[in-house]
Amino acid sequence: MNLLKVLDAIDRRWVFLWMGLAVAVPILWIGLTGRTFPETPTPAARAVYEAIDSLPTGSLVLFAFDYDPASSGELQPMSTSLLRQCAAKGHRIVCIALWPLGGNLAQETITNVIREDYPNMREGVDFVNLGYQAGNEGVMKVALTDFIKAFPVDSRGQAASKIEMLRGVKRVSDFPLLINVSAGYPGNKEWIQYVITSSEGKMKMVAGCTGVQAPQMYPYYPAQLAGLLGAIKGAAEYESLVNQSIGGIAPPKYLEAQRRMAPQLFGHLLMVLLIIVGNIIFFANKRGDLR
Amino acid sequence: MTLRRMIPMWIAVIGGFVMLLSAFVRPIEGIGENFADAFNVIAAIAVALGAGSLLKVNLSKISRREAGWGFAGVILITFAITLIVGLLKIGVHPSHDFPAALFSGKQETADSPFGWLYEYAMVPLTSTMFALLAFYVASAAFRAFRAKNVEAVLLLVTAFIVLLGRTFAGVVLTGWLPDWASGLRFENLSVYVMQVFNTAGNRAIIIGIALGVAATSLRILLGVDRSWMGGGDSA
Amino acid sequence: MVLGACIGFAKAAAGQVAQHPAQPAAISQTALQAAQPAPTLLKESRLPLFTWILGIAIATTIFVARARGGKPPTIRRIAALEAVDEAVGRATEMGRPILFIPGIQDMDNIQTVAGITMLGRVAKTAAEYDAVIEAPTSRSLVMEAARDAVQASCLAAGRPDAFQPDRINYITDEQFGYAAYVGGKMMREKPAACFYMGCFFAESLIFAENGNAIGAIQIAGTAESSQLPFFVAACDYTLIGEEFFAASAYLSGEPDQLGTLQAQDATKLAILMFIVAGTLAATIAAVMPSADFFAKTSAFLQRAMGN
Repeated sequence: MNLLKVLDAIDRRWVFLWMGLAVAVPILWIGLTGRTFPETPTPAARAVYEAIDSLPTGSLVLFAFDYDPASSGELQPMSTSLLRQCAAKGHRIVCIALWPLGGNLAQETITNVIREDYPNMREGVDFVNLGYQAGNEGVMKVALTDFIKAFPVDSRGQAASKIEMLRGVKRVSDFPLLINVSAGYPGNKEWIQYVITSSEGKMKMVAGCTGVQAPQMYPYYPAQLAGLLGAIKGAAEYESLVNQSIGGIAPPKYLEAQRRMAPQLFGHLLMVLLIIVGNIIFFANKRGDLR
Repeated sequence: MTLRRMIPMWIAVIGGFVMLLSAFVRPIEGIGENFADAFNVIAAIAVALGAGSLLKVNLSKISRREAGWGFAGVILITFAITLIVGLLKIGVHPSHDFPAALFSGKQETADSPFGWLYEYAMVPLTSTMFALLAFYVASAAFRAFRAKNVEAVLLLVTAFIVLLGRTFAGVVLTGWLPDWASGLRFENLSVYVMQVFNTAGNRAIIIGIALGVAATSLRILLGVDRSWMGGGDSA
Repeated sequence: MVLGACIGFAKAAAGQVAQHPAQPAAISQTALQAAQPAPTLLKESRLPLFTWILGIAIATTIFVARARGGKPPTIRRIAALEAVDEAVGRATEMGRPILFIPGIQDMDNIQTVAGITMLGRVAKTAAEYDAVIEAPTSRSLVMEAARDAVQASCLAAGRPDAFQPDRINYITDEQFGYAAYVGGKMMREKPAACFYMGCFFAESLIFAENGNAIGAIQIAGTAESSQLPFFVAACDYTLIGEEFFAASAYLSGEPDQLGTLQAQDATKLAILMFIVAGTLAATIAAVMPSADFFAKTSAFLQRAMGN
């Protein structure tokens, strides 16, 4: 009972400390041992992999980076693996962003994946970063009828109308696949509402989103969304699929999502424990044991 | 109703109906986009007002030596540095296509001072704030998740299934179940919960919200609800 | 806004000109035109949606007319809205300010408009009780709209001196920069009542937990379903989804506005009937493939719902 009384009156900063340890210790352990938990992909993650894999080599893919550095902890690993699979498959990738810092994140991902591991890919021919465009869903509506008008220049300042890989691209539905990694508004929901619904089946979409958004996105799968990566778990499942298919020993940058599953495990276990202890205290209070 | 309230109301009514109809009537599709563009222009101009307010509030804090005036100074200094570095494109290399033009480069490039501010100030600060959520969710779970009634018990059971099913703990706890009972493994149960129960509940909430949005928008467009202008509904 | 409309019309005129470039050679153009069907006035794929909107508008007209005709509907008690006076009164007694957060999106988001509407009502009550209300905003336009709303409310309450524009100020567009400011303000100034009314994302839990830590009474309202669990767990009262949009009508008590709530409910009932009928038809069609009628009914209902 003394312990329950102490826990009942505990300062919330102790809870913060326990959570900090639950997350930090596994990170250190993984850093030292390099070991990760095995992942079994769920159908939604597998569907993302198959949507990209089933496209003929050299297909145009539109990749929208609709998140910022705050959510990059959860979303960057899936962006890295998505770009890696597209590059490995030989697709032509057009990167865009509707969040102000999304363009920078797209550039970072291109540098980490394409420039380091696929140096034969040429900018403007095999991939391009059209950067950030202000206007939220207004940009999507313009892109429906005139993609070049929606994204007039690339990150180097070159006019999009002069970029070789964009010749013949008139509207956004000319891309057979849209990959959207998003942390909020504008993001997955807006792309579905304004673009996918209007494309009348010509364009497929796969999405990655944060854990908080995932419950909102599940209603759209598998009708409007061909595949869905929900939170770091979805990213870890997808990452393991991509690493398996490409083969070899994956460098650490392609293991980030799987490495983050260990802190997630201990964090979740701590939360379950806190909920159980909280309820024990609740029932003890109800019975009057703690007076 | 005074002119001061009538003009904004009519602008809202006309703009709203044009944008609504532009989604269905082909000839006026472009006009709807132009109204949306007009909003973006106004929002961009309004940034100057916001910046002015920021300067005024913080400068008066400093001049009155209010508690925490040093932090107001930090705000103003960082605001000035970021504004000058970004607007003047200090240290930015000109674009390849226009090497002679002074301001042709993009300031977001990694090797520019603006890019440095992004990489070493913005990214760590925003990531830190986002990371705070992990701590807050733990304290919220400890304080608020109580089995007060049947619905709360159901909620807690579902929460345990999803929390454990989304990690390796679910595999350890229920991975031993035979194939015919694989649906009861936590990792499969959590997918089922998300795809069936959560989807149903979310769809219901989304339908309700969509109707709420439609009704609120109609009230504003028809001029029935003018309280968004403040002061109650009377003119 | 007037300037914006003028710019918009000018752009519209320019846009119309730009959409009609010089015509290509007559022969090929005629051949092209002969091959293509003439575009229709209305977009056929959106007809079901247009029908539903028309239906909502007709239902609104009918129920508003009924409400005006002396049959105002009875609205169930919404605890969060009943608690507004209690929260403002608490702030007055404790001599501490009221903090109002109208969300982090701009004025083009209907949740922000609903939030500003609530701010106007809370500000009127605060002016009557002589309580201080502070509203830091994340967007400049929202700051201007909030100032106008609060000023009009103070005037309506007969307390024009209660309006202090510097208490409604712009902080930053950056989501977590704004969250950091508000969190710090809450910990330093310890407002007695916190209102979170608008569109929120990840920062919702930061606000709600900080408010809990300082012992403030918290009333939240949002239509972001991903943030509702955090508000429900951490706040004293939460307006969930459509309750948030109904708040303005509820607090006004006017028959016109209450009639629109009834129209909303009637439309929801109609949608429910379509869902039940469609589910039954699809299920029977799947179980009995030979029953053509149910397959056709299911397909028709899917098209009617916009699929």
